[in-house]
Amino acid sequence: MARTESHLSSTLLDAEGRAAMERTWRPRAGLWGWLTSVDHKSIGRRYIFTAFVFFVLGGLEAAVMRLQLARPENHLVTADQYNQIFTMHGTTMMFLFGVPSVLAMGLYLVPLMVGTRNVAFPRLNAFGYWAYLIGGLFLYTAFFLNTGPDTGWFSYVPLSGPSFDPGKRADVWAQTVTFTEIAALVAAVEILVTVLKQRAPGMSLNRLPLFVWAMAVTAFLVIFAMPSVALASQMLAWDRLVGTHFFNPAEGGDPLLWQHLFWFFGHPEVYIMFIPATGFVSEIIPAFAGRRMFGHTAIVISLIATGFLSFGLWVHHMYATGLPQLGSGFFTAAGLMIAIPSGVQIFCWIATLWAGRPRFTTPLLFALGFIALFVCGGITGVMVASVPFDLQAHDTYFIVAHLHYVQVGAFVFPFFGALYFWFPKLTGHMLSERLGKWNFWLFFIGMNITFFPMHFLGLMGMTRRVYTYLPESGFGPLSATASVGAGIIALSVIVFLVNVARTLWLGSPAGDDPWGAHTLEWSTSSPPPPYNYLHIPVVEGLYPLWESGPDRPLVTGMATDRREILVTTVLDAEPDARHEHPGPTIWPLVAALPVGIMFIWGIFTPWAIVVGSVLLVPPLLLWLVPRRRGAEVPTYAETKV
Amino acid sequence: MRVAPRAPAPRRAAAALCLLLVGCGRQFSTASPAGPQARRIDDLTWLFTWLGAAVYVVVIGFLLYAVWRGHRRAENAAGPEVERRMRNWVVGAVGATLVILVFLLFANLTTGRAMGHFTGPDALTIRVTGHQWWWEVEYEDPVPARRVVTANEIHVPVGRRVRLQVRSADVIHSFWAPNLQGKLDLIPGYLGTTYFEADRPGVYHGRCAEFCGLQHAHMDFLVVAETPAKFRAWYEAQLHPGSVPTGTIEQKGQQVFLTRACSSCHTIRGTPAGGTVGPDLTHVGSRMSLAAVTLANTRGHLAGWVLDPQRIKPGAKMPPNPLAPDELQALLSYLESLK
Repeated sequence: MARTESHLSSTLLDAEGRAAMERTWRPRAGLWGWLTSVDHKSIGRRYIFTAFVFFVLGGLEAAVMRLQLARPENHLVTADQYNQIFTMHGTTMMFLFGVPSVLAMGLYLVPLMVGTRNVAFPRLNAFGYWAYLIGGLFLYTAFFLNTGPDTGWFSYVPLSGPSFDPGKRADVWAQTVTFTEIAALVAAVEILVTVLKQRAPGMSLNRLPLFVWAMAVTAFLVIFAMPSVALASQMLAWDRLVGTHFFNPAEGGDPLLWQHLFWFFGHPEVYIMFIPATGFVSEIIPAFAGRRMFGHTAIVISLIATGFLSFGLWVHHMYATGLPQLGSGFFTAAGLMIAIPSGVQIFCWIATLWAGRPRFTTPLLFALGFIALFVCGGITGVMVASVPFDLQAHDTYFIVAHLHYVQVGAFVFPFFGALYFWFPKLTGHMLSERLGKWNFWLFFIGMNITFFPMHFLGLMGMTRRVYTYLPESGFGPLSATASVGAGIIALSVIVFLVNVARTLWLGSPAGDDPWGAHTLEWSTSSPPPPYNYLHIPVVEGLYPLWESGPDRPLVTGMATDRREILVTTVLDAEPDARHEHPGPTIWPLVAALPVGIMFIWGIFTPWAIVVGSVLLVPPLLLWLVPRRRGAEVPTYAETKV
Repeated sequence: MRVAPRAPAPRRAAAALCLLLVGCGRQFSTASPAGPQARRIDDLTWLFTWLGAAVYVVVIGFLLYAVWRGHRRAENAAGPEVERRMRNWVVGAVGATLVILVFLLFANLTTGRAMGHFTGPDALTIRVTGHQWWWEVEYEDPVPARRVVTANEIHVPVGRRVRLQVRSADVIHSFWAPNLQGKLDLIPGYLGTTYFEADRPGVYHGRCAEFCGLQHAHMDFLVVAETPAKFRAWYEAQLHPGSVPTGTIEQKGQQVFLTRACSSCHTIRGTPAGGTVGPDLTHVGSRMSLAAVTLANTRGHLAGWVLDPQRIKPGAKMPPNPLAPDELQALLSYLESLK
């Protein structure tokens, strides 16, 4: 790799330099500091926290549903309340927990793992979080005012159209989705640019950690999938607000258009959660097997293949609409084909475990539990890819079972594993392993008791989204079993919350690298300083902490008096430019407010768009006032400690 | 009439388990097919299930072995020989996956083709229209006077192909009688078509499978498969206009029906009642159930339904009808007489 010698100091920073870095990157104090922060760690942590709060809320909604369905003709909630609750559960878990939580983990971890000081576009990052928070608060405010959406998280027209859903419920859903789209799209762009342009020198693409690969593929999926639902939800909002007829068959509109647009996003969305989850697992397994991941290249290719194929599956949510057989055959083949890259990953994980010496820590247990649940969900996934079988299983509890094996098993389990794994980096403290194992086993057992019987319920004919069922249907015993399992899951989440509270209360310092893991973030302190690395590391291999030993090469000569980051080339991560990042500012928050006004007030009058746009101009101008000194020629030196 | 082939023993056992779980043996399950279409899907389901279970056992077996084996090692297995062996295993496992998937694709396409194959003679065309939250059923006939309209109860002759045409009057619904055939959505603006055939007599339960609003949970129907002779008799009976009440009670009941809110929404052929909002009640007394199979058709249930449908199906279009006791009794007698 070509190296230019620096005309600046080529020695490591002394105490004075370190103090200068602290001064330059220090966040402002107190509440104002919290509101103005543009640090990816601070925003990532609050993103993860907020997403977890929504996970608990979505879980409480699930608990109410399980109580309602525990016995036939139960009257705990009314039909209207039940419809709101199942819609809130789906919307919360998909839009307010699922996608935001993986992007939040990416926003926190990716800059650390690629060895840079902050995420690309840090102010946009703050803006994305505020938009997401406003959207979530809006949805739950509406729900507690009995205006929660009640047409399902998929919000099919015409049921959600103006004729069949008067009032504001479907509008609340459409605008919540809009907020989430904004947040997800900006996060995806930030992550992608960080991965492509801010990697530490030497971290060429073939040395990219698997989790970073997974996040890069996910960012692409978000960028290609989200516009589809953004379009659909805005068309729905216009149908409802200004009388367009996109989905109204009486005026030449088409209800099926909604389904195509929604599932063109909705199916990749499953993989937006699943691909980062496999990224978590691909970091956890080598760390605890104590050896390199077997088949690194095969896994990278599998991630990319999964991403591509995920766009060829959307019609498998629409088999019952009566599509032509030949077209359906194509989607069946795509649905079966996606099992191959998933299979490659599973076999590589098993091979790595076989050749290593697994340590049974909580993160590894969650990763193993993930494999056990995901293989089951994958097999039922192959089943529902088949048109004839799906015509029976579609919209029954068989699908509820399948999707929860895939989403709880293959996303929530790795997410919990990742929380246990990276908790020391996030907070500086280790979670209790003893409580962690209770957490895992209760969750694993509860999950299977809840969702396995649902396969049978579906084949027995129990359809989804029913608020009650008749005693003579015979669904009672299995449905009650599922409710017991839900109680066990609730218990396991309580154990987790106790574990977190206990650790934050009396946890002892974790140290930089408590697990002996291999990626860059474990080389800095826990939690990392605001600038992440005092000296940006130079990467010499795929497993920098295992391969390079204690005297790793570092980049010196970067400015300490301004927030300077190193921009590198896309393929080889050769130093390209020095770029000054913006500091803390209130304007992203101030800009998020008129956006909130625009969308929320916009469900009452189209004039809100005009007012909101005008109000948005001043904060955007102040946000964008140029204060940068521009990129400079690469001037840095490399030195060994 | 075709005789159903006997299922192999493990399948019978599994089907019996399902029946046990279903409880009273109501005919509402994908696992006890009553027609060639559902049977083909059921065969495919069992193929998927056994193959899937085998794959699951093998994969999890390897996982457990790998973890157990790795855990007992003194140090990592390493070196070119280990890498080569692992590569061979992984390539072999991916190859096996590929073979299984191609086989399943083939089985799936074969099933799809076979489902379109019929032995019976020309088709009987039934048009079903979905309403929130009930099913309007119309039998096609070239002679308009021989068309039958009914609701929530579909009679079909055994051994004859049925062409089912579906459409919706409001939102999307989905027609699903799991013992007979997979689902077909009822989409506003579209006319959907599918075929099925019942090969043994019975009463098969069906329900709406697509979420359609407040009372989606109570939108069921019955498919009554009967011998061709019985079906013909039923059909002829349905062609008649509503029977003229003979007793004084029934005559009073008819007056109640015509003068109160009932006739603005319901039709009884042969009377001035011609409402089209709710189900056609010309032969309501002959039906097995009420309110889209929410209640059995008994006098008590009928009384409860007429007086306050909102207690039973909150959100249904039918309003409460506060009738005096003698009016109610007369109305019930009249409706029960509509065989």
